[in-house]
Amino acid sequence: MSAVILAADDVNVALNVGFGIIAAMMIFAAISVVTSKNVVHAALWLVMVLAGMAAQYILAGAEFVAASQVLVYIGAVMVLFLFGIMLTRAQIGREAGLNNKQWALGVPVAVIVFGLLGWVIIDAYGDDVLPETTPTPTVELSDQFLDIYLLPFLAISFILLAAAIGAIVLARKD
Amino acid sequence: MLAVNFLLLAAALFSIGVYGVIARRNAVMVLMSIELILNAVNLNLVAFAMMTDVVDGQVFALYVIAIAAAEVGVGLAMVLMIYRNRRSIALDELSEMSG
Repeated sequence: MSAVILAADDVNVALNVGFGIIAAMMIFAAISVVTSKNVVHAALWLVMVLAGMAAQYILAGAEFVAASQVLVYIGAVMVLFLFGIMLTRAQIGREAGLNNKQWALGVPVAVIVFGLLGWVIIDAYGDDVLPETTPTPTVELSDQFLDIYLLPFLAISFILLAAAIGAIVLARKD
Repeated sequence: MLAVNFLLLAAALFSIGVYGVIARRNAVMVLMSIELILNAVNLNLVAFAMMTDVVDGQVFALYVIAIAAAEVGVGLAMVLMIYRNRRSIALDELSEMSG
């Protein structure tokens, strides 16, 4: 597979090698997230997936999205997860009973989902070559946000406010 | 670089996330698997933005990041509430609403 990709015309080899290494790391880390017997280790493997995702965004020329990924996911969401693990008193260490009784059902479902998605993707995009990436200037993104996407932008600030208030109301102790 | 690279990676992460949602019993672990799924979708959006050379895909990816942050906040608050009321966050014990 990788040899086929590298042999395609008009392909930046270094970009592909970087992509392949990061992708392999991400898939290994993602499988570790869903199979780890230790909740804290799963959270730390998730950091690996999120960091790899930020690297892929940079390869795709989406620098502002990569910066947001690092700030929001690795900075904020992971702290929330670690607090959630701490406050629900998960054992620090291996823990039995992290999986359902029917966990084995998930394997064929995931394989079928991946098979279908992969088939559709390869059928639709075959060997389309992506155009050479140039990093997207953040100015272009902000032009979109403050022009045609202004209304959803305002709506999302209300959603964040509602989520913050809702989280406080739900988690309060009285 | 081929377009299918990004899309196949996103499909793999999505399937792994689906497996995690089905297999895990601990509510925090299910939320982590949902994060995997949301990230896979984001990678697709960025790849489509790259393919069409329009930045709208990146704008949508940023919206998804914001929604995911809100979702984790509310989700973990709910998990904490469930933990306080029941001393357990095992999802298969939350069966009051099953028919």
